Amino acid sequence: MTLLVAAGDPSCLVENAWVCGEYLRTRQDLLVDATRQHLYLTVVSVVLGLVVAFPLALLARRYRTTQGAVLGTATGLYTIPSLAMFSLLLPVTGLGSDTVIIGLVLYSLTILVRNIIAGLDGVPADVKESATGMGYGPARMLLRVELPLALPTIMAGVRVATVSTVALATIGTIVGAGGLGNLLDQAIPSQFRAQILTAAVLCVVLAVVLDVILLVVQRVLTPWTRRAA
Amino acid sequence: MNLDIFTDVAAWLGDGENWQGSSGVLARLGEHTLLTVASTILAVVVALPVALWLGHIGKGGAIAVNISNIGRAVPTFAVLALLAVGVLGTGTFGPFGRAGLATLVALVLFALPPLVTNSYVGVREVDRDMVEAARGMGMSGWEVFRRVELPLARPLIMTGLRLAVVQIWATATIAALVAGPGLGNIITQGFAFQDQAQVIAGAFIVAVLALLLELAMAALQRRADPLRGSRTRVRPVTVPGAEL
Repeated sequence: MTLLVAAGDPSCLVENAWVCGEYLRTRQDLLVDATRQHLYLTVVSVVLGLVVAFPLALLARRYRTTQGAVLGTATGLYTIPSLAMFSLLLPVTGLGSDTVIIGLVLYSLTILVRNIIAGLDGVPADVKESATGMGYGPARMLLRVELPLALPTIMAGVRVATVSTVALATIGTIVGAGGLGNLLDQAIPSQFRAQILTAAVLCVVLAVVLDVILLVVQRVLTPWTRRAA
Repeated sequence: MNLDIFTDVAAWLGDGENWQGSSGVLARLGEHTLLTVASTILAVVVALPVALWLGHIGKGGAIAVNISNIGRAVPTFAVLALLAVGVLGTGTFGPFGRAGLATLVALVLFALPPLVTNSYVGVREVDRDMVEAARGMGMSGWEVFRRVELPLARPLIMTGLRLAVVQIWATATIAALVAGPGLGNIITQGFAFQDQAQVIAGAFIVAVLALLLELAMAALQRRADPLRGSRTRVRPVTVPGAEL
């Protein structure tokens, strides 16, 4: 009832309104810090995820017998609920952002490995034959022919992994590093509505902003797909 | 890394006391299973008719596919918190316990996207020539759906169901963060008591059961796939707007 009327009024904190300008003003530092930690967890996890996923995907492609094992393990890891994943890593890395990042990297592998394999597999055979005919060796073939052509599929994977990582990072609060998830966790016992809504909205905004940035990066990296689309 | 933790976890799991009582493992497992079964049934009842019908008439594709992306971007924890602190509250809801209604609604919400997207795509991906042929044989719209589209869409519908069930199981764990029911409470209680053995034991139980559930659903999915084993290509995860 007092939802919007209270928005600009300091008393909205007392009334525990969902939307509260006074909250945004007085807790600005808290919100910025939490968002920054969330962004850090997400970016580091996805970048490390890519660093780990590439060799795994290349291994799975080079030796087809390992493909089932690599994909199966990655899918299995994805199945483990986040609360359990972070808790299971606790004896290894303790409380803090390292535990959260390792967990998020493991989750991102499922999507990233799958899309890197699918992207490389999707490169037309005649293109590769032409490149071989032009004298391209395996390394140059991978870097100059296969990776650029696989990029749309790989970037689709990076986008999905990034958006899911933003959502999953909130659970990191259980081991003390959840970015915006910390704000949710702190607000629940006192039913602090303004903080819960603000943190939820910031999570979604962060996911959307990162997704749009990645889309732009993809467009810039693959100018030839724009004409086709 | 302290290796004593393994002994402590084994001792915790071996102690019958931890399995009994209203906050014991068995009671929590009961809550978790009840939540998973109830929300799966609710989500299937809501999602399948709509998604299959949209797939049949070929409309609403943008929504049906995009709903999965929206589902991915919204944190389950945030939705649980919003529901529990909002209108649904944290009151006891029948056998579902404290914050039961908020948990149930959140679980159903997060099960909808994989069910809707996969069922819709399953029906749409049916070879149009086959649908035309069925029409040419004099089948009505309902018969085409019942005897051609539905059987051919079954593998993807089962994929959606598997993803939904795994998602529900994982989200039900997080309910403990909003004082809700389920196995997650063993973990959060362990943190509250600073009992690391309990935290790890709880996480171990949750993770093992999640893996078993995934394996069971994957087996069920294979049985429902008439062309099982014939596809070896790795399917990428896709986002609409980034058509491959």
